Amino acid sequence: MTACHDVAATSVAVAGIRRVALVGSPNAGKTSVFNHLTGLRAKTGNYPGVTVGRSVGTTRVDGVTIAVEDLPGTYSLDPISPDEQVVTDLLAGEYADIDRPDAVVLVADVTTLRRSIMLVGQVLRLDLPCLLALTMGDELTSRGGRIDVEALSTALGIPVVAVVAHRGSGINTLRAQLASFDRWPRPPILPPPGQEEIGAWGQSVLDAADYVAPQPDQRTRRIDRVLLHPLWGTVIFFAVMFYFFQVLFTAAAPLRDGIAHGLTWLGGQVAHHVGNPVLRGLLSQGIIGGVGTVLQFIPQIVLLFCLLAFLENVGYMSRAAFLMDRVMAKTGLEGRAFVAMLSSYACAIPGIMATRTLPSSRDRIATIVTAPLMTCSARLPVYTLLVGLLIAPRTHWWGFSAQGVTMFLLYLAGGISALIAALVVKSTVLRGDLLPFTMELPPYRLPSPQTMLAAMWSAASMFLRKAGTIILGTSLVLWALLNLPVQEAQTHGLSGTDATAYVMNHSYAADVGRAVEPVFSPLGFDWRTDIALVGSLSAREVFVSTLGQVAAATHPEDPRDALTTMTDDHSHRVFSAPMVIALMTYFVFALQCMSTIAVMRRETNSWRWPAFAFTYMFGLAWVMAFVARSIAIGLGA
Amino acid sequence: MCTRPKGAHDHSGSVIVLAQLTPGQRATVVGTIPRANPGVANRLGQLGFRATAHVDVIRRAPFGDPTIYRVQDTELCLRRREAQLIEVVPEADR
Repeated sequence: MTACHDVAATSVAVAGIRRVALVGSPNAGKTSVFNHLTGLRAKTGNYPGVTVGRSVGTTRVDGVTIAVEDLPGTYSLDPISPDEQVVTDLLAGEYADIDRPDAVVLVADVTTLRRSIMLVGQVLRLDLPCLLALTMGDELTSRGGRIDVEALSTALGIPVVAVVAHRGSGINTLRAQLASFDRWPRPPILPPPGQEEIGAWGQSVLDAADYVAPQPDQRTRRIDRVLLHPLWGTVIFFAVMFYFFQVLFTAAAPLRDGIAHGLTWLGGQVAHHVGNPVLRGLLSQGIIGGVGTVLQFIPQIVLLFCLLAFLENVGYMSRAAFLMDRVMAKTGLEGRAFVAMLSSYACAIPGIMATRTLPSSRDRIATIVTAPLMTCSARLPVYTLLVGLLIAPRTHWWGFSAQGVTMFLLYLAGGISALIAALVVKSTVLRGDLLPFTMELPPYRLPSPQTMLAAMWSAASMFLRKAGTIILGTSLVLWALLNLPVQEAQTHGLSGTDATAYVMNHSYAADVGRAVEPVFSPLGFDWRTDIALVGSLSAREVFVSTLGQVAAATHPEDPRDALTTMTDDHSHRVFSAPMVIALMTYFVFALQCMSTIAVMRRETNSWRWPAFAFTYMFGLAWVMAFVARSIAIGLGA
Repeated sequence: MCTRPKGAHDHSGSVIVLAQLTPGQRATVVGTIPRANPGVANRLGQLGFRATAHVDVIRRAPFGDPTIYRVQDTELCLRRREAQLIEVVPEADR
């Protein structure tokens, strides 16, 4: 298998392999059918030129490998957004480097067949070999509906297979059919064009199949009466989101620490056994440290996608979006963006990946470029250090701890600025979306373990393969900047901390720090702070330890004492109150995180949006820091 | 917000837009208003809001928008903006 290839390129079209596309509306159970057919062998990527995710897997029938492509869910083949255009173009064979599929498997939820028969009619008109897979047959019967599958097959002129996707029944029949698509019966006459004509055709087909639509799901009605209640629904929503956030924030931490411990141990082993100091540094800090940066995101990503897949498949996510839509509409976004924004309070990386649930690519990009303003957990150590430098621990304002109040204000500033930025972006560069806000509220259903596993697996493997390589690369570059050139002779005989400080103060990063000093000097930062800013691009919390090493602190992880007394060339205190305020403000707004940039690149399929986000956030950070410092000086701080 | 002006061809008088209904009411879809964007009108039709279909208004979100409707065996939510594009005849009026 060519698993490492990018599916956006031509590698999917492995010569000679026959391709079947799955087409169906959202919530039809299409992805569940796909997962059962292909197992965990799906490759994910993007369609050329858009931010729409593409997944292709393979299945084997009688020793023959068949490629199965899970097309994005769609209600019709009349696209009204670039995202929906993908399905239409792909089925028409209009992509230069993606061949037209050889056959189509339509997936339709039999409980909503009156609606999806329109899509069936449109797809039949493409004149490709077609098969209809009907899902949720068990639900149809239990809610008092019925259908004659044989008669439906006769009326449509194509094979019809009933599958219960979440239990996997009917999947083997479907798989066996895939091998012989060139012998599938084809409709003698194609359905008529035009919406009204297809509607009439659909009604006659359903009548011929003796279709009786199911009654509304009473269990869903009862649950919704509570979960969508104006008061109780809102209370439950906040409880669910609070718990969701807690899990993301706290349950991932021990796993992340475990990974960190393992890698520290490995680094220690390398340090013990490798003689050459440069090679030792490269291996133990550069490579193992870089891998650590990548791996520490994995627990959060896997947990987030586990929770997201559960909430989504059980049907709660659309209810949450329904409750929050009015609030999010004020920013020009929609309810479904709320979860991505909230996740970004833990870390922007899973938050950005969670935007995949948004159907509009404009909303998706607007959320992606503003989510990093949310106060992620990596800002916490930076804020802790800076607040500690600014305010004495026992100070109280109106009976509250002054440090706590400042911290709260910093968190609030992040959230508010993200929502304002979303509003600005949505009403300027990403304005004008035809796509109406329509969202289906499916009946509550228990998700299958396969669906959840597949969601977790694909998110983690995509992150490792696509973003991980960029993050590892930049970590290595940053390591080289901070540790080269080699200063072996000069540091001979110095203590460990003094030697580290010496190397760093004479490194390429120091040259960068001095070079960018004019940019940051209006904010009151000196070149040593600038080195730490460069270093913090690998992850914001690295700012604390880099600053510690620059200041030759004996405990680089807690450099507060060394910093309070640090002075510049004219023996002025470097970390004066206005400068610390400017630095805090800078960290509220700046996109000081290479990993986030890498994931943005991956999710938007171009460097344009990460470049845009980095630039506007840097500009915002600089201006706000300058204003904050000027105000602080003006007030005599 | 705005009521449908006079001039709806065959149902004048009783035709209102979907957004004017309150939860618990039932109506029959007539079509979309003439000034609706054709692409959007088409999509609303494909979602089930097409002539002769029955719509039940299920519930509104806490701040009054969006609203859940049941149409063609599915529950869908629409914002007021889209619900103002759909013309209906309330069923009690018929």
